[in-house]
Amino acid sequence: MNAEIPLSVRDLTVAYQKKPVLRGIHLDVPKGKLIGIIGPNGAGKSTFIKAVQNLIPAASGQVYIYGKPYKEQRRLVGYVPQRESVDWDFPTDALDVVLMGTYGRLGWFRRPGKAEREWALECLRKVGMADYADRQISQLSGGQQQRVFLARALAQAADLYFMDEPFAGVDAATEKAIILLLAELKEQGKTVLVVHHDLQTVTEYFDWVVMLNRRLIAAGPTADVFTPELLQKTYGGRLQYVGDRLAVTTDAGGGKVAL
Amino acid sequence: MNSLWIILTGSLVAASCGLLGCFLILRRMAMLGDAISHAVLPGIVIAFLWSGSRDTLPMLLGAGTLGLITVLLVQLLHQNGVKSDAAIGITFTSLFSVGVILVSLYTQQVDLDLDCVLYGEIAYVPWDTWEWNGMDMGPRAVWGLSGVFLLSLLLIGLFYKQFKVCAFDPAMAAAVGIPVMLFHYLLMGLVSLTTVASFESVGAILVVAMLVVPGATAYLLTDKLHVMLILSMAIGVISSVFGYGLAAWLDSSIAGAMTTVAGALFLLAFLLSPRYGVVVKAWHRRATKLERGSTNAG
Repeated sequence: MNAEIPLSVRDLTVAYQKKPVLRGIHLDVPKGKLIGIIGPNGAGKSTFIKAVQNLIPAASGQVYIYGKPYKEQRRLVGYVPQRESVDWDFPTDALDVVLMGTYGRLGWFRRPGKAEREWALECLRKVGMADYADRQISQLSGGQQQRVFLARALAQAADLYFMDEPFAGVDAATEKAIILLLAELKEQGKTVLVVHHDLQTVTEYFDWVVMLNRRLIAAGPTADVFTPELLQKTYGGRLQYVGDRLAVTTDAGGGKVAL
Repeated sequence: MNSLWIILTGSLVAASCGLLGCFLILRRMAMLGDAISHAVLPGIVIAFLWSGSRDTLPMLLGAGTLGLITVLLVQLLHQNGVKSDAAIGITFTSLFSVGVILVSLYTQQVDLDLDCVLYGEIAYVPWDTWEWNGMDMGPRAVWGLSGVFLLSLLLIGLFYKQFKVCAFDPAMAAAVGIPVMLFHYLLMGLVSLTTVASFESVGAILVVAMLVVPGATAYLLTDKLHVMLILSMAIGVISSVFGYGLAAWLDSSIAGAMTTVAGALFLLAFLLSPRYGVVVKAWHRRATKLERGSTNAG
């Protein structure tokens, strides 16, 4: 396996009970790109990034991170789960959540010390949340919570990031903060895969697109694969022209999206 | 001296349960202690029939095994689509009823009193002493409970960060390589051990109360996990001390009085907690209303 490729997926199949949710995914992702994963609801986008990280069992297939199996390369991977996946009433503050990003590196017995705290604060600063470091997490707005999650992923100091819908239901300030952060990560040569719902912003945000609908429809540079034909294939034919522009009716957005 | 032993026993139960209970509450598994303390009954009966004695070791082994089986069954049902509260309910009522049948079947041979299992009797603790090399070492329950408490304290202290992140965000914990299932079973094992070691001497009701009530009270009083753990243990100990006083004054059940004090402390926090208290919240609302009223008028 090529050690230059951040993520190679070989024939990945994931099944809940007996029904396959993802079938035969075969994918090589280039280094230093911002990559959008798109597809309709139930296409298996979240399942894909969870299966790749071994968080749900795969029925078959292999995943290589920089040329080696995931288990050996865990430290290189950062993960931003969906915001709703945790209980925000948990008794902890923003800095403490970000500190959790350093736990993997600390091993079994070491506790986060001064160096880790400073690093966590630096990560909070990068997402514009330094002033909220000692704020109880339930007192943060949805967008601020999302930024805390991003800061935690930054604290992991990974080379490859998976983000599950970071843009879902966030305010404009947060959206901007996320985009700046993604750009910075890209500049540092990191690779970021983002599950994304809003087709309108795909060309603006992402260099590369992975189109999923239970199987891999297409993957490649946005300019090459984000085409009406492939979108139609991914979203199942609900495409229509509005005037001279093309629109997709998606389950996700609930409305029409002009391209 | 006897009062002191009883208070010490109560405090050890309260501190162990208060510590572990916080994690159960945060993981929404507060009633698991209830489940374990009932589900161990068949284990106790089988251990009794097997060994023919009421020695602590076979009892603890039998009960501990059943405690772990309870945890495994709950986990298994939950993973296969049963809601976790329903899974807990199904598991412990089934196992408990098996225990009840066993007791009624072998009632001749079994000198086990159901009431005693469920309600325990902390008042008898001082008389069940441990002799070692001919020396009176004090009540056995105190030794056993101290051991369990120190073990919990040691493990939670050593792996505090793992227990915290597993309670807050297990998916992320797994992603950074923390063995989430190991810590799940470690916590459940500690809960089983604590429950089993405690209820023999103080009864199931006090164990269940101490697993839930001090933690829930502490949760209302702080926004930091480590403070919550310390507060929860402290509230448990306070409940034991004042509960004993209450029981002595009323000449009533000691475990019942301890639980009552814990409940009263919860009520106090529920009403008056600086951030979450009902009274404080209402007062803030009124203050805001008045303020807005006066600005409107002005």
